[in-house]
Amino acid sequence: MPDALHTLTIAELRTLLQKREISPADIIHDLEASITARDPEIGAYLHRDTAAALAAAEKADLSAPLGGIPVAIKDVLNVQGQPATAGSKMLRGYISPYDATCIAKLKSAGAIPFGKLNMDEFAMGSSNENSAWQLTRNPWDTTRVPGGSSGASAAAVAARTAIASLGSDTGGSIRQPAAFCGITGLKPTYGRVSRYGLIAYASSLDQVGPMTRTVEDAALVLQAIAGHDPQDSTSLNAPVPDYSAALRRGVSGMKIGLPREYFIDGIDPAVRAAVEAGVKELERQGATVREISLPHTRFAIAAYYIIATAEASANLARFDGVRYGHRCDTPADLRDMYDRSRAEGFGPEVKRRIILGTYVLSSGYYDAYYRKAQKVRTLIARDFAEAFKEVDLIASPVTPTAAFKIGKNAGDPLQMYLADIFTIANNLSGVCGISVPCGYSAEGLPIGLQLTGRPLGEEDLLRGAFAYEQATDWHRRLPQKS
Amino acid sequence: MPAVDYIVTIGLEVHCQLNTQSKMFCACPSQYGESPNTLTCPVCLGLPGALPVLNEGAIRRTILAGMMLGCSTPPVVKWDRKNYFYPDMPKNYQTTQFDLPLCLGGGVPLYDMNYPKDWQKKIARPGQVISLTRIHLEEDVAKSTHMGNGTAIDFNRAGTPLMEIVSEPEIETAEEAVAYLNSLRQILVYAGVSDADMEKGQMRCDVNISLRPHGQKDFGAKIELKNLNSVSAVRRAIHFETERQAEELDRGIKQVQSTRRWDDDRGETTLMRTKEDAHDYRYLPCPDLLPLHTNNMVTEISRSVPETPHARRARFVGVLGVSEYDAGVLCSEKSLADYFEEAAAGLSKPKAVANWIINDLLGQLGSRGMTLEQNPIPAAGIRALAEFVETGKINGGQAKEVFVAMFDTRKAPADIIREKGLEQLSDTGFLDEIITIVLADNADAVAKIKAGNDKAINALKGQVMKLSAGKANPAIVGEMLEKRLKD
Ligand SMILES: [Zn+2]
Repeated sequence: MPDALHTLTIAELRTLLQKREISPADIIHDLEASITARDPEIGAYLHRDTAAALAAAEKADLSAPLGGIPVAIKDVLNVQGQPATAGSKMLRGYISPYDATCIAKLKSAGAIPFGKLNMDEFAMGSSNENSAWQLTRNPWDTTRVPGGSSGASAAAVAARTAIASLGSDTGGSIRQPAAFCGITGLKPTYGRVSRYGLIAYASSLDQVGPMTRTVEDAALVLQAIAGHDPQDSTSLNAPVPDYSAALRRGVSGMKIGLPREYFIDGIDPAVRAAVEAGVKELERQGATVREISLPHTRFAIAAYYIIATAEASANLARFDGVRYGHRCDTPADLRDMYDRSRAEGFGPEVKRRIILGTYVLSSGYYDAYYRKAQKVRTLIARDFAEAFKEVDLIASPVTPTAAFKIGKNAGDPLQMYLADIFTIANNLSGVCGISVPCGYSAEGLPIGLQLTGRPLGEEDLLRGAFAYEQATDWHRRLPQKS
Repeated sequence: MPAVDYIVTIGLEVHCQLNTQSKMFCACPSQYGESPNTLTCPVCLGLPGALPVLNEGAIRRTILAGMMLGCSTPPVVKWDRKNYFYPDMPKNYQTTQFDLPLCLGGGVPLYDMNYPKDWQKKIARPGQVISLTRIHLEEDVAKSTHMGNGTAIDFNRAGTPLMEIVSEPEIETAEEAVAYLNSLRQILVYAGVSDADMEKGQMRCDVNISLRPHGQKDFGAKIELKNLNSVSAVRRAIHFETERQAEELDRGIKQVQSTRRWDDDRGETTLMRTKEDAHDYRYLPCPDLLPLHTNNMVTEISRSVPETPHARRARFVGVLGVSEYDAGVLCSEKSLADYFEEAAAGLSKPKAVANWIINDLLGQLGSRGMTLEQNPIPAAGIRALAEFVETGKINGGQAKEVFVAMFDTRKAPADIIREKGLEQLSDTGFLDEIITIVLADNADAVAKIKAGNDKAINALKGQVMKLSAGKANPAIVGEMLEKRLKD
């Protein structure tokens, strides 16, 4: 049996599984060993049911596309019979009574959901410092954050304690940690993957997506989870193309746009250089590159923090101590139960966003904030629609800097919010995006290249990202000790 | 100033559960009377991650109800979240419709028979139509039951499709409010969208009432009345509240916008909350549900809109020759009107069927304290009975006897007639013999008739009937007697 199965990709493991050289249980055992060795330092896992995973491994259908492949799951997704806390004390001890649609789809593709991964509480944050449970550290430098909110989903894949994971992306929560941890993270088009069973942060922005070591693996996982779901009214009823078939089409003839608004002062020079070099590589392979403009994206962060918090203020109202989740001790009356259960259950960033969202929806403020933000959103979507008349892909940095130090932005929410400056507009307009490793900073920290595609343009994303990845070996580098 | 010196302005908000198979946003059965919390799922329990899906049947029913009430449906409608915390609301927001509801405009006609029986001679505004503001479609909340040391919540009801029908403030009296509710209920039942039974909680009503002195243009402070669980409670609560407000205004006590709770046992309202405690609902377009384009659905539904109660009454009078009053009685309940139509179909005298139903059937049911659902006689039975009379097989007196037997034994009229030997004698040879005997025995009467006293013929007819043991066909006997006496 080949050793170090935990270092292999889905595609590599599938080959071995199909040749019967290894069994799914071998992968679980190997991962378990890797997690035991590495996770105490990284802090990615909140929960694992190894026995259940081994039982599923016994029964795995190796003929299915992801047969026998363990996939780690961000704790914001419901997996039947397993805890789902969304990184919050509010859901301490809560056990999901049902599978999210994407989990059910993973299972029917033969995959084995294995382990629940840490995250910023209710997916609100860019560093995983907002988890109620534990810090997750960046495998490349454990004094740094892994990004967020799917920070642990990125860290585990990078640290080789997970083969692949599912994350969720509301303003960059897949792409930003993927960039910080040097892996591939794909945010699908809004509606491409069902949100049923994803604990909602901002319903009109949330999307589930794959976080993997390679672009090829991202295509395999996306293939399994994409598609229409009658239980999610916002899911798109469009056929799912063969994503793996798109990988090798090459970028020759593709048109790539560089938004002038995204190459601003304040970007770390190393990030800028790496991204520009990445674009050059695509040009070398036959893509044509031109400057484009996304004029309204400068309002994206402001609009995002109005829309996302408004939706969150309603989405998180159900956590009240009545039916499930945290309830305060000996409430004096109903009001006291609401007040104290929520005061005790939610962390500071969640409270900040609930209060902000409550404020922008308040009588007399709706037009000034929420309605105006929706207008901005329409304008941003129009910017992208215009741009995609001219180009097939938009290339940009994922983040202005590489991973920052733990604690650096913790006291400064505004600075933290700016970490998502290049990713948020995709969520507001619904378009898809991918982050692929494109270099390393002087400190040896990964840098990500973001490609943005038109609605349902995941094939273009995968095509561009794969062509780039195949010409480079950034994705092959391992963090220390992994 | 007595109450009559004030203008009373009343608007009604009626919530009506729709009779769909499943709930508004999930596949759980929408049923009443199951064990608590057995008809639930992640969606209607508001579990983390669950998402709503619109129930198209509920949308269609609401559009149809709107059509029967003369409403229009905007081309695009949407759903919104109405935010407030309450334990019977699993998500702590209600998914409802804020600015783009399914129905706009329309009205509820107040017909005489919709008023309380004791008021039908005192109707101030005959033929009045109360305008509707809107009808929107939302989800019902769970049912809370207050126990000794806590509150139990049954989520079976949570998510039941609920129409909210909002009237303009155009109602002026308690009796008009009663007529409004009766008329609205009839129309909704005729539409087939709900049983709309207030006693079963399928229809619930909040009343907004304000008083202002004659001559004052602006409305007085709006007082909302809650916990009105029957039509009679609505009537009594409005009377109480009118008097209460008038009396306070007389004493110079200004009214403030507030919500009051009706106590049915004590027959009075008590203050629940004033406007200062009012919620800011922070309406938000529901991001989980896409706006709905209605044009195709409206076109499709408009092809098969059921008859309104009013149109049916008019048809019973105009086409079937039923009296205004009888048509009103028959159409008061859709099931009764359906029963009548089934019984009368194809008969030459529908009016006779109406009489059987109104005088005999409703009489029997009423005197035995039974409802129409418990009616033992199928429509086919009434129909057969009427046919026997119409073709002269039995006479009117015999028919009454047959009817009572039908009611008691549930047997078909043909069987009863056979068993009782009730078939009329139309055998002219046999009748001729009887007539010969009768004429011979009553020479005086024969002489009177021949002298021009036509009335005496009835006495002879009676004698013939008696001799035939009541079985003779009276019409034939009459004809034969006349013929013999003229010879
Ligand atoms: Zn349900």
